[in-house]
Amino acid sequence: MSFLKLDGITASYGPAQALFGVDLSLAEGEVCALMGRNGMGKSTTVRVICRLLAHSGGSVTFNNRDIGALPPHKAARLGIGLVPEGRRCFPNLTVSENLIAAARPGDWDLARVAQLFPRLEERRDQMAVSLSGGEQQMLAIGRALMTNPRLLILDEATEGLAPVVRQEIWAAVGRLKSETGMGILLVDKSISELRLVADRAVILERGASVWSGVMADVNHALADQYLGV
Amino acid sequence: MSRTGLINLALFAMLPLTAGAALMLDEPFIITLATKVAILALAGVGLNIALGLGGLVSLGHAAFFGIGGYAMGILASHAQSFVPLMETPFLIEGTRSMPVIWLVAVIAGALAALAIGALSLRTTGVYFIMITLAFGQMLYYFAISWPAYGGEDGLSIYVRNGFPGLNTLDPIQFFGIAFVILALALWGAGRLAASPFGLALSAARQNEARVETVGLSPYRLRLLAFVISGAVTALAGALFADLNRFVSPTMLSWQMSGEIMIFIILGGVGRLYGPVAGAALFILLEHVLGGLSDFWHVYLGLLLLLVVLFARGGIIGALAGREVAHD
Repeated sequence: MSFLKLDGITASYGPAQALFGVDLSLAEGEVCALMGRNGMGKSTTVRVICRLLAHSGGSVTFNNRDIGALPPHKAARLGIGLVPEGRRCFPNLTVSENLIAAARPGDWDLARVAQLFPRLEERRDQMAVSLSGGEQQMLAIGRALMTNPRLLILDEATEGLAPVVRQEIWAAVGRLKSETGMGILLVDKSISELRLVADRAVILERGASVWSGVMADVNHALADQYLGV
Repeated sequence: MSRTGLINLALFAMLPLTAGAALMLDEPFIITLATKVAILALAGVGLNIALGLGGLVSLGHAAFFGIGGYAMGILASHAQSFVPLMETPFLIEGTRSMPVIWLVAVIAGALAALAIGALSLRTTGVYFIMITLAFGQMLYYFAISWPAYGGEDGLSIYVRNGFPGLNTLDPIQFFGIAFVILALALWGAGRLAASPFGLALSAARQNEARVETVGLSPYRLRLLAFVISGAVTALAGALFADLNRFVSPTMLSWQMSGEIMIFIILGGVGRLYGPVAGAALFILLEHVLGGLSDFWHVYLGLLLLLVVLFARGGIIGALAGREVAHD
């Protein structure tokens, strides 16, 4: 039973149409990879799910509720947590303040985030602006977890990070998958790493979903055709 | 203790030390000046919640300052003349009790801020500045054309209102009242800034979209901040009117809004003790330079220019050096 379902989503930025029909479904506890080359509509799809962009056609349901008319903060309150592309922490707040500002009642608190990312505990009184890129990414994930989401969306969470930090992030995603029942939507280009954690995959091409299936079926031919690798 | 902490402590101690020294030297005028600084700093603390924490550049905060002043003036004038404010549908009489006047001022200020904020906060940037200015000016002209409470001439109160157990006409005792309220407001503003609400408000200033994606409505956060800010500023207005035993439309003018903002900019936007430093410097300049020239505002303007150009963190920022504004 899918608790996130996108059905024939179309969306535009002003006169420029960006999505031409995206279908996507995700069950609770499932990890789904949203794949595609640059400019194919992955981040736009994420923006539609989080209600940061209004879609012009199709429907978005979350937990059997049409969320198409909700403002972003209400969608987030239903349990959609976003780790945005480019991290975007609150630069002039400390690590712990970034987390407290986002906190909502639930299982996730400062101690649990610190367990997942011990480095954040070491930096708790440091301003977010002074953190390394990897630490900022951990903080962005921690901040999303503090909202106690039922669906976590990671948009290019490992982009531009050093290999050792990427490993840490992927390990954390693996722990989230095995230790929590939340659904996870991953937007990333690294097929080899996605294979380790994702159950299913959806591939976008020119603003439309062109393939969906189990992650293990994303073979060399598909990758060559749609992902340019 | 950090350098900012030491500066804050010095600023906090400066007012009672000045008032105490003036008491020993039998200089009641200096005590009154210290009281004025405490009250204007309180107004600045109020605006700083909206401006420093929420990034809301309101050029209409004199509206709340004036509402507090008129709450005092109206209640006290009715008590003075023994004419009730209203008799139907129920009797409301005037009062000369400061705590009651403060309560009325805070409620009136909060309600006005709720109404003004609910409309103004639908805009941002220069439009927000202009709409708050417009609301302030509306109230200013309303007060001018309201003859029942003095119109343009304002409203005089012959005797300062009372506080249980204190002689409020004694300058040092009235200073004590104003200083304790300022101290409580500073404590409250500090707690507010460190609370989840304050942090979320600060986060909304830095990145509105990100705040929405963690389930918070920037509009509601800012509206609540604006209401708290308006209530604190109204309380300062009630005290200011009591200090002068006079309230007039000047308290509602856009120049007053500008002055409250200048306290914050001089002291340091977002600095907890910024309004204390700014108000103290403003009053000091007014009395030192004002004695030398009627055009002392020229020097104030120059100082403001220097602060904006070379000390973006205000006086406290300049003194604290490279410490980040996080007091």
